[in-house]
Amino acid sequence: MLRYLPALTLLVFLGPVVAGLAGTLLPAFGYLPALGGEEVSLAPWRRLAAAPGIGTAVRLTLTSGVLSTLLALALTIFVFAAGHGTRALTRVKRAMTPLLAVPHLATAVGLAFLIAPSGWLVRLIAPWPSGWQTPPDVALVQDHLGLALTLGLVLKETPFLVLMTFGALGQVRADDQLRMARSLGYGPVQAWLKVVLPLVYPQIRLPVYAVLAYSLSVVDMAIVLGPTTPPTLAPLVLRWFNDPDLAMRFQAAAGACLQFGLVALAIGVWRSAEAALGCLARPWLIGGARGGAGTAARAAAWAGLALLFGLSSGSLLSLALWSVAGRWRFPDAWPEQLSLERWADQAAALTGPAWTTLVVGVAAAVIALVLVAGCLENESRRQRRAGPGALTLIYLPLLVPQIGFLFGVQVLLVWAELDGRWLALIWTHLLFVLPYVFLALADPYRSLDPRYARSALALGRPPWVVWTRIKLVMLLRPILIALAVGFAVSVAQYVPTLFAGGGRFSTLTTEALSLSAGGNRRVVGLFALTLAVLPLLGFGLALALPAWRFRHRRAMRVGA
Amino acid sequence: MTMQGLEIADLDLSVGGRTLLRDFHLIVAPGEVTTVMGPSGCGKSSLLSYLCGTLEPAFQASGRVRLNGVAIDALPPERRRIGILFQDDLLFPHLSVGENLAFALPPAVRGRRERWARVEAALREADLAGFAGRDPDTLSGGQRARVALMRTLLAEPRALLLDEPFGKLDRHLRERVRRFVFDHARQADLPTLLVTHDPADAETAGGAVVGFPESLPAAGANLLHFGNIGRQQA
Repeated sequence: MLRYLPALTLLVFLGPVVAGLAGTLLPAFGYLPALGGEEVSLAPWRRLAAAPGIGTAVRLTLTSGVLSTLLALALTIFVFAAGHGTRALTRVKRAMTPLLAVPHLATAVGLAFLIAPSGWLVRLIAPWPSGWQTPPDVALVQDHLGLALTLGLVLKETPFLVLMTFGALGQVRADDQLRMARSLGYGPVQAWLKVVLPLVYPQIRLPVYAVLAYSLSVVDMAIVLGPTTPPTLAPLVLRWFNDPDLAMRFQAAAGACLQFGLVALAIGVWRSAEAALGCLARPWLIGGARGGAGTAARAAAWAGLALLFGLSSGSLLSLALWSVAGRWRFPDAWPEQLSLERWADQAAALTGPAWTTLVVGVAAAVIALVLVAGCLENESRRQRRAGPGALTLIYLPLLVPQIGFLFGVQVLLVWAELDGRWLALIWTHLLFVLPYVFLALADPYRSLDPRYARSALALGRPPWVVWTRIKLVMLLRPILIALAVGFAVSVAQYVPTLFAGGGRFSTLTTEALSLSAGGNRRVVGLFALTLAVLPLLGFGLALALPAWRFRHRRAMRVGA
Repeated sequence: MTMQGLEIADLDLSVGGRTLLRDFHLIVAPGEVTTVMGPSGCGKSSLLSYLCGTLEPAFQASGRVRLNGVAIDALPPERRRIGILFQDDLLFPHLSVGENLAFALPPAVRGRRERWARVEAALREADLAGFAGRDPDTLSGGQRARVALMRTLLAEPRALLLDEPFGKLDRHLRERVRRFVFDHARQADLPTLLVTHDPADAETAGGAVVGFPESLPAAGANLLHFGNIGRQQA
C-alpha cells in the first residue's frame, strides 16, 4: 500500500491546483454555465482592461512584490556573507524560527500599529522631540507607493529565506570551500559572495521563487498595509470575487488569470536576470579582487538585522499592548491604564474562531504529516530518492498564486456540493500545508542513519514495528517541528478559508482581517495577538515534548 | 637579519581540557619540507588550522607564529599568506579549471590577457595545457591534485601547508603527485609543513620528521624528538 502513497499524495494536492486553474481559466473567457456564461468570449478581459485603476494596481503589485523579494534576498545574503561561521549567526537562526511562525496578518496588523501616524513609534517621539500634538498627516501605512506593504513583506520573508539558506549550506560544503578561499587571500565577505553564493543559490532558488510568487499575490498583508485606491492586484481581484453583482465573477476570473500571468512573468524575468547576472559577474568573480575584512558589510548586515528584529518584535509588543490598553490619548507613549477588561468582553467572540482555527490546523497538519512520512518511508525502503522534478511539483502550490486557482477550486466544490464543509476547508488548507511539512521533514528523515532500521530488522522485528517503534520515535523532534510548521501555515491561511469555507467558517485570520477594517485597535490587537500566539505555542510544544521525552537520553539532545 | 621561513614557538594547543601540544617549537626553513606524523585524532590537522587562523572555537591555543620574521598570529586567515592543500582538492565546482586558477591570481596581475596568459602557463607547468575550459569534475584525481597545487601557488603564498593531500589518490598516482608537489614547493622556496600518517609521504619529502607521541616515523627518516626540533635547527 505504501508504494501507491506518493502517487496518491500528488493527486490529493496537485489535482485541485490543476483543476482550479482550469476552473478559473474558463470563466475568464466567459464560460461558467452556473452563472449564465455559456459562450466563450473576450468580454471579461475587455472589462478587466477597462476596470478603473487596473494599470496602477499592476504596477504596485510588481514594485512591492519584486522590491520586497530583492530586499529580503539581499538581507539574507548580507547576513550570511558577513556572519558565516560566527556564533552570532547561530543565535540569529534560533531567533528567526519564532518570526517565521507568526502569521503574516499578525505581523501586518502589528506593524500598522507600530508605524501608523498615530502608532507607537510616532508616540515615542511626540510631542518631544517632534513637537507633534496630533498625529502627523502623512500616509505611513497604506501609502500610495506600497512601501509599508514592502516593509511588511521583508519582515516576514527574510526569516524564511535565512532558514532555507541554513538548510542549503550543509549540502555544498560551504565551510571547507570558504576556508580554501580565505587561504587564497580572500576576505570573508568576498569569499562568501564569490565561492559560497554561486553554490548555494541554486539550492534556494525555489524558495526565492516562492517568496516572489507570494509577495506578488499576497492578500491579507496587502489589505492591512497596502494602498487602497487602487490596491495591489490580488486584493482588487478578491474584491471583485466578493462583489454582490455575480457578473463581476467573470472579470474577477480574468483578473485571477492576469495575476497568474504576472507571477509567471516575474519568475521568468527573475530567472533570466539570474543567468545574465551570472555571465556579467564572471570577470568580477575571477578578477582576483580580494576585498577587506568586511567590517562595513558586517555593520550593515547587523544594522539590517537589528531593524528586522526590532520592527518584528515591536509589532508583536504593540499588539499585546493595545489588547490590554485602557484610555490611551495621542501623544502619550504609554496607555493611562492597563486592563484585561477587553479580553473578558471578547472571550466569547474569540472562542469560536479559535476552535475552528485549531481544528483545521491540527487536522491539516496531521494529514500532511501522514502523507509526507509515508512517502519518505516508501522512498527509504525502495532506496530511491525523488528527483528534482518531484521537488518542483511539491513547490507548485507555493508558486501558483492562491487567487489564481482557488476560485476554480470553489467552483468545483460547489459543483460537488462540498463547499462550506469541513472536508473542503481542511483539504484546501492541506494544499499549502503539505509542501511546508515536506520541506521541514525531508532532510532529517533522509539523514537518519539507515543502519538503525536495518539492525532492528535483523533482530527479527517486522518493518511496521521498526518504522513506528524505532524510526518515528528517533525522529520525534523533527516530526513535531514539521507538525508545528504545518499548523502555523494553516493558521495563517486567509484566501483558502474564504473560498473553501463558503462564508460559513470564521477563523482567527478571517476575523482579525474583517475587524481590522473597523479600526477598533483594542479588539483587533486582541484577535491578532491570539493569532500570533497559537503557532508559537505549537512550536513551543514541539520543542518541549521531545526534550521531556528524552530527558534521560543524552544522545537525543540537540544543539548541545 | 630576520629569520626566513616558518617559525612556531611556545605553542600550547588543547581541546576540551585534553592537551594536544605543549611547548611546541618548530622551524621550517624556505625550500624545506618538514613532516609531522601521527595517528588520526592526535591533533596534527588542528596544528595546521591554527597556523591558518581557522581553528574551531572549541580549541584553545597560545603561542607565537612568525613567517619570514613577521608575527602573523593576530592576522585573519586571508592576510597570513599561507597556502594549504587538503585531502579533498576543493576545486570550486562552479568555475572551470582555468577560472579556478584565475581566482587565485593576485589582483596585481592586471588585464584579462595577462591573467589568462599566467593561467595557461600554470596549466602547461602542470602538464595540463588546453584544460582551461574544462569542468573540474571531469578531471582525474591526479589532474585535480595538480590543479589544486597550481591554484595554491598562483596566490603567491609565503608558506605551504599540506594536510594529508595524497590520502585519497590511487597508489600508483601517489608517488608522482608527491614529487610534483614537493618539487614545486622547493622550486618556489617555500617553507612547507606536511602532516600525514603515511610514512612513504615523509620518505619522499626527505626533510625533518616530527612525530606525535604514539607514532614512529619510517626507518631511515630523519627522526627528531618532538619539542626539540626548533631549537636543534636554530
